Amino acid sequence: MIEYDVSNGEDGISVIAPRGRVTVVTARRLKDLIAELVAGGSARLVIDMSETTFLDSSGLGALIAGLKTARQAGGDLRIARPSEAVQMVLEMTNIDKVLQPRESVTGAFDA
Amino acid sequence: MSRRLLAIRVIVVLTTLLGINYVAWRWLFSVHWAAWWIAVPLVVAETYSLVDSLLFGLTMWRLKERPDPPPAPAGLSVDVFIATYNEPLDLVMRTARAAKALRYPHRTWILDDGDRAELRAMAEAEGIGWITRSAEWAGMPRHAKAGNLNNALLATEGEFLLILDADQVPLPEILDRTLGYFTDDRMALVQTPQWFVNVPDDDPLGSQAPLFYGPIQQGKDGWNAAFFCGSNAVIRREALMQLGVARYVDEVTVGVHRALRTARSVINRARRELGPDEANVARALDQVLYDIGRARRELAAGGAIFDVTYRFQRRVDGIHRELVEADLRAVHEDLAEIAGLDALAGAEPAGLAGLDESALGVLTHRDWSPLGAVDTVRALVAAIDVDRAGEAQPIMPLATISVTEDMATSMRLHGLGWRTAYHDEVLAHGLAPEDLESMLTQRLRWAQGTMQVMFRENPLLQRRLAWTQRLMYFATMWSYLSGFAAVVYIAAPVIYLCLGVLPVTALSVSFFARLVPFLVVNQLLFVVVAAGRPTWRGQQYSLALFPVWIRSVTSAFGNVFLHRDLDFAVTPKERRASTGPRWDLVRPQLAVMALLVGSAVVGLVRVERGDAHLLGTAFNVVWVAFDLAVFSIIIRAARYRGHQPEGLR
Repeated sequence: MIEYDVSNGEDGISVIAPRGRVTVVTARRLKDLIAELVAGGSARLVIDMSETTFLDSSGLGALIAGLKTARQAGGDLRIARPSEAVQMVLEMTNIDKVLQPRESVTGAFDA
Repeated sequence: MSRRLLAIRVIVVLTTLLGINYVAWRWLFSVHWAAWWIAVPLVVAETYSLVDSLLFGLTMWRLKERPDPPPAPAGLSVDVFIATYNEPLDLVMRTARAAKALRYPHRTWILDDGDRAELRAMAEAEGIGWITRSAEWAGMPRHAKAGNLNNALLATEGEFLLILDADQVPLPEILDRTLGYFTDDRMALVQTPQWFVNVPDDDPLGSQAPLFYGPIQQGKDGWNAAFFCGSNAVIRREALMQLGVARYVDEVTVGVHRALRTARSVINRARRELGPDEANVARALDQVLYDIGRARRELAAGGAIFDVTYRFQRRVDGIHRELVEADLRAVHEDLAEIAGLDALAGAEPAGLAGLDESALGVLTHRDWSPLGAVDTVRALVAAIDVDRAGEAQPIMPLATISVTEDMATSMRLHGLGWRTAYHDEVLAHGLAPEDLESMLTQRLRWAQGTMQVMFRENPLLQRRLAWTQRLMYFATMWSYLSGFAAVVYIAAPVIYLCLGVLPVTALSVSFFARLVPFLVVNQLLFVVVAAGRPTWRGQQYSLALFPVWIRSVTSAFGNVFLHRDLDFAVTPKERRASTGPRWDLVRPQLAVMALLVGSAVVGLVRVERGDAHLLGTAFNVVWVAFDLAVFSIIIRAARYRGHQPEGLR
């Protein structure tokens, strides 16, 4: 149904790549995963959404909650490479105005 | 009663008595139980043949040779449909021109499932209508020819429809000769024969079906069970549409009840998959459960299905909305906190104003809401939809349960109380397959279609049909099971000649005294019924194509019950490039022939050496010789090079 691949990028940045559908059933794990990473000291996170095929309002909630957690710990959460389906939800809800998606994972923290 | 019918009935009674007498004696007194492994299959095969013979007798009992129909009433509106998929354009156009030239006023339509621009241009240039699938069919099940006809039914409006295959050229009088039957208000369909012009008199591929398009259809007609055979038939639109609507209501009713019945366990399973802290979703699922119960109670209390399902879907939508609202409220709160952090840090606060009510509206749509993401719930809600989301059009008048739409459609028409007629006069000139491969493909397709109907809508279980109607449909299906009996009939003499194992207790006088009279009256019935029509070719192929019949049963079984692909192929109407006889297509038959010859030689050697009885061996050698005569047609078929009739092409 879904897999979350976690990898450590350069400069202490952690990358989470949800492969599949981020839904009401699976969003909880994303939220927990972000919280664990932040608690473990990596407050700078990139969510690589290139292989995320679906995102509902719960998934959206998990991303925003993750953003809050990261910011509170002095870091940030950035979305990179949203798939077409994800981009559509972000645009429809205007969340992209708050959480601007980035074009690449490595450059997500450049600007 | 005509003298012919009287003679037929006398012989049917004799066949029935002698047949039952023989097979009962076989079961009770002459099964060689010690050799059960061949004795039991043989007696079962013989019982199969007896049932086949009894069903044939029942069919012939009310053989109906209709007098000329009343003249066609003036002023009926008629659409002529020519169904095509990939046939050559000149072949389609030849049929279309003949159709356009029919004497009775009508409109002609080419139903082009191949969506060919060139064909469209040719048709329109000659004032012939051209129809292809509407946009609704994109991404939906196509249902082959049935889908093509169903699509055209919704695009035209004639009261009557003449259905033609692309290779069936109609004669000018076909409508004048058939429309008169519809002065009977309950007459739904008139079928005329399929007769092929590109077939020599000796018909090596067995293309003509003189017994079926004749006595068999006339016999079924006597019980009001004449079949629709897919082409060369006139149908009353009202009957088809009534069928479509009735099926729609039935299927929606069954579908909604089934969906609601299974809903509870589906939701419970979804609920178990939730984590302990997802109370909001759990609560939503509980609400859905409650609404399922309510919908079922409303249906049980006689609520109209559309009203109940509408209310149910609205309530589920409401539950969706609440969930989305909760999620978005959390998003708002988080964003507010983030804005607070940003303000502390002296940064620009993130814009919140963009997240407005419109987002809520979008996300509440079934596909995007949290509940929609739970696949099982989404599937359930779709199942309770009454607009048949999985089909291109909700009304499907022609049956789509089989690759051959015709038989199932006429069976359903009979179930609704409509009448059909078989008009025994050739009114169209068709083209038969001209090579072995095309012929085998076509026979397989027909047999598979028949078997699909048997498995999906067994006529014996159709409560709205009279018993005799059920048996008429079942008889045709039963005859397609002959492949299994054929294997036994081939094996029995081979086993005796090679191993000396006899499946009957003795080849005694009492055996022959019972068997021979039965066989004689059975053949006599054929002779009288056929009245000069050739039957030997048909008898040959019913045995010689045993691998095709067996494959049709196994593949249709796999398709219906195991959801396997049927390897469906459209019958090729073109002559294939000739590359010599296709022996590879008939390997099982060639092997059987070799086996039969070999076993006859072995049997004769065993007699010579005194290891076998003369009488038993002689009887079995005669049996083998008969089988070889039957199978010899396969060699002719494989070598057949097609036929050029005078004045065609």
